[in-house]
Amino acid sequence: MRKYVLRRLLGMIPTLAIISILVFTVIQLPEGDIVTSTLDRLSATGVDLSDERIQNLRAQYNLDQPLFVQYLAWIGNFITGDMGFSYLYAQPVNELVWERLGYTLLITVCALLFTWLLALPIGIYSAVRQYSIADYGFTTIGLIGLATPNFLIALILMYLGYTWFGLSFGGLFSPEFLNTPWSWARFVDMLAHLWIPVVVIGTSGMAITMRLMRANLLDELKKPYVITARAKGVPPLKLLLKYPVRIAINPFISTIGLLLPALLSGEAIVGVVLNLPTTGPLLVQSLITQDMYLAGSLIMLLSVLTVVGMLLSDLLLAWVDPRVRYERA
Amino acid sequence: MSESLLSIKNLSVEFKTELGKVNALNEVSFDVPRNSITAVVGESGSGKSVTSNAILRLLPDTAQISGEIILNPQGEDPLNITSLDERDPRMQNLRGGLVSMVFQEPMTALSPVHRIGDQVAEAVLCHRDVSPEVAMAEAATMLEQVGLTEVDKKIRMYPFEFSGGMRQRVVIAMALICHPQLLICDEPTTALDVTIQAEILVLIKSLQRKLNNSVLFITHDLGVVAQIADRVVVMYDGQVMESGSVRQVLKNPQHPYTRHLLASIPGAVTDSGSQLHAANWSDGAPIGAGTFLADAEEGRQVREFSQ
Repeated sequence: MRKYVLRRLLGMIPTLAIISILVFTVIQLPEGDIVTSTLDRLSATGVDLSDERIQNLRAQYNLDQPLFVQYLAWIGNFITGDMGFSYLYAQPVNELVWERLGYTLLITVCALLFTWLLALPIGIYSAVRQYSIADYGFTTIGLIGLATPNFLIALILMYLGYTWFGLSFGGLFSPEFLNTPWSWARFVDMLAHLWIPVVVIGTSGMAITMRLMRANLLDELKKPYVITARAKGVPPLKLLLKYPVRIAINPFISTIGLLLPALLSGEAIVGVVLNLPTTGPLLVQSLITQDMYLAGSLIMLLSVLTVVGMLLSDLLLAWVDPRVRYERA
Repeated sequence: MSESLLSIKNLSVEFKTELGKVNALNEVSFDVPRNSITAVVGESGSGKSVTSNAILRLLPDTAQISGEIILNPQGEDPLNITSLDERDPRMQNLRGGLVSMVFQEPMTALSPVHRIGDQVAEAVLCHRDVSPEVAMAEAATMLEQVGLTEVDKKIRMYPFEFSGGMRQRVVIAMALICHPQLLICDEPTTALDVTIQAEILVLIKSLQRKLNNSVLFITHDLGVVAQIADRVVVMYDGQVMESGSVRQVLKNPQHPYTRHLLASIPGAVTDSGSQLHAANWSDGAPIGAGTFLADAEEGRQVREFSQ
């Protein structure tokens, strides 16, 4: 097992290297750079810079260097923990990113738990009572959740909250707590805001999780080992949870890693709509303004998280399923 | 107590399907005497497995059962299994306690993610109020009795580390650990190698003698019947054709179907001394016809035999 973990960790290096090249290339693909987009904004307000100033700006940001030099400078610093400088915010990327990344992870993990805590029991119920009215009802609700874009649900919730309760759901904190240090009251205030993005992001995965659990469990319920356990006198509820559910749940554990990127990208749009202090709005903004170091570092960080998440979910799967464990020993 | 351990009276089972009702069992009646092995023999679809599953009420919800299955356990009140409710506490006692079952597919009959010892010990914990340690010790003893070696190591292993024969021994141990009065074996050797088959048969027979229980042995193999059983019930198309002692039925079959079944054993010689000759090929049925296949081949079925 230790060998397997080591092998996987080493395997992450080339994966991340390729991702970093892709990320850098994609960010460079659109015409222009941070200087041209800044110039556009300046000329829109009637300010024109001399060619010399422009050249100086380019040199200041290393933009006059060949692309691979720019890439090496960026990735080299990234590895040593220096993610560069954001032109847009005129701050080091490190200062901008970490707190937001924390909130993003918090919301994403909460959304995942929310999805599972609701969808898995419903999936189990739907499988055990296949073709019942409740089964159809849950499926319908789930599919509506799947078909409705996240940001639309966010907008509807905000509208309803505002018109019915006079509440503003934007952000993660009330204005009075925005810049205060952490306290119990601030934590409670955050929880009061947190559920909205969690529900909005969580709903999108609900239908798929529900239907997958239903399908997995229906397959398992027919397996002979379930009948063996029934024949030996295991009480019905214990039997359901201990045998088929236990096995039907494995695929979910192995897809945590796959869910992360989906949840993160879903979070980006919702983050903009709900004005959340997460990485999503920051990423969108940095991509629009071609703020290279900020955009690249954010995408790299999310990629690292995803790759690590995949490893974690594989290790979890090996922990719960002995067959996987022995295969990889 | 003179009555039989199990008596099945006019048992009928119907399955509701999309194409209407399918009659799986039609007025089946036979007895399973105490301390003996009764074999139910018949071809695929004859209703053998439906009968055995009905005894433990393991049939799907689409099955409609009528008739009686009376169990007369020693030291307990008689039980009409067909009238039991799924939530009845007597049901838990019946399954695994009074009657237990060994299945056809040892490869899939055990949970892949639970340890061997836990799965066997669970049967004890379901029926008796003992500590997990006691249950595990009993599981180890039982696994030794069914012929596993190095049991201390094996109880911590998983089913996928075992061969088919070893798994079937585990399933047998699991079935016998609560000393059921009736052990149902549903084609327990069909999925195994021939050499392992013989070992498992010997094991079932010797354990039956040792534990003094009854065995209901489902098979399609008359050779196995001759080897293991005291009594035999011959089934065809959801009905009992003939039943009696093995000697009587195999030596002097009364029903024509039994004679055909005996004659169908390769190399077997019937009483008249001649081997079976098929006659009157009939009932042509198209095979492989459908939307995408224009030409159907015709398959034919043997309807009669000359003897």
